[in-house]
Amino acid sequence: MGHKKAGTVFYLIAVVVSLLFLEAQSFAFNTPQNGDALPDISIPVPHNEAERDYLGIKGGQFFQIPRIKAAVVIVEIFSMYCPHCQREAPEVNRLYTLIENNPGLRGKIKLIGLGTGNTTFEVEVFRKNYKVPFPLFADEDFTFHERFGEVRTPYFIGVKINSDQSHQVFYSRLGGFGGAEEFLKLVVQLSGLGKGGAQ
Amino acid sequence: MRRSGIGMGILLALTVVLMSTTVLARSAAFKDNIYNPGQLKPVDSDLRVRVGEPAPDFTLPAITGERITLSRFRGRKNVVLSFVPAAWTPVCSDQWPGYNIVKDLFDARDAVLLGITVDNIPTLFAWTNQMGELWFPVLSDFWPHGAVADTYGVLRSDGTAERAIFIIDKDGIIRSILVGDINKRPPLDYLIKELDKLGDS
Repeated sequence: MGHKKAGTVFYLIAVVVSLLFLEAQSFAFNTPQNGDALPDISIPVPHNEAERDYLGIKGGQFFQIPRIKAAVVIVEIFSMYCPHCQREAPEVNRLYTLIENNPGLRGKIKLIGLGTGNTTFEVEVFRKNYKVPFPLFADEDFTFHERFGEVRTPYFIGVKINSDQSHQVFYSRLGGFGGAEEFLKLVVQLSGLGKGGAQ
Repeated sequence: MRRSGIGMGILLALTVVLMSTTVLARSAAFKDNIYNPGQLKPVDSDLRVRVGEPAPDFTLPAITGERITLSRFRGRKNVVLSFVPAAWTPVCSDQWPGYNIVKDLFDARDAVLLGITVDNIPTLFAWTNQMGELWFPVLSDFWPHGAVADTYGVLRSDGTAERAIFIIDKDGIIRSILVGDINKRPPLDYLIKELDKLGDS
């Protein structure tokens, strides 16, 4: 009878400990999916004036992605150390050029990159190596990466920003996006930009 | 009954642990081929060389088929030895691809990079192929197993190497040593700053 009681107590303790462990795990952040809001992250305002102008961010030390002056923001989560991101870089640059050369899209779709686990120096190395024309931000201590659900790289998230600064993710996918033209068409279609649905 | 309670408890705990496995491989380039060894003891060896001492010479086979001798760079190039623990593991798989895009930074500092692991040549060949074409030699310290790593004092008790960087000047003298936490990638900033110091002297 004593053994039976001890076994039951042990089992109950194991269940409670396991449930507590699972509860702690539930605090881990999930990767935002279509229809979700972005995690609330504060990104340092760039020192570079051209980048501030591109983002439409005026003043302050930090900004949130929905404050970017755009109807759509494409967020690339990358790393200088990731060979896939290195191979993808020229195509992402081409996406930027396609947008900037299109009078109907210029100013409406903006790109930013978050360098996961990268120091500012490492992000600058990536920027110079691949002549990246859009703003890149260092995420040295993996803070942003954790909030985005610890995705692998490269990871692309498309977010639609409404005039009231509410926003919804409409694209969330691991890996390269393939051709820039096709991806841009997809972004326009999924975000509703083509219908004048976005800001 | 007690046994069955303990058994069920262990089973439940194992299930929870397996459910909680996190993704450590950060790059999608290696797909699902990265083995996750979990969190390891940060450093598990004792250095056998010091800054200011001559770097022990060695000859190791490279994945290209040639044999590389450290002393051949004496009087010509600064040398960076980058020991990484093992092929197909999370942090290692992300370290050298970063070095692969900064050849210009090494060239500007008159430095060569030698990547070393204790894996055999076929394993290193397959692994580094996933990184693209590397500009620096990748050397195998497989046999006698980890002999060079052991000479430098960076062979761990499980037979892997530490995540370590040795910077050796053109006179063959060790000018900087970093044996970092095996679970973390050393920032590129460190390596470049240490190389810059060679130019200052």
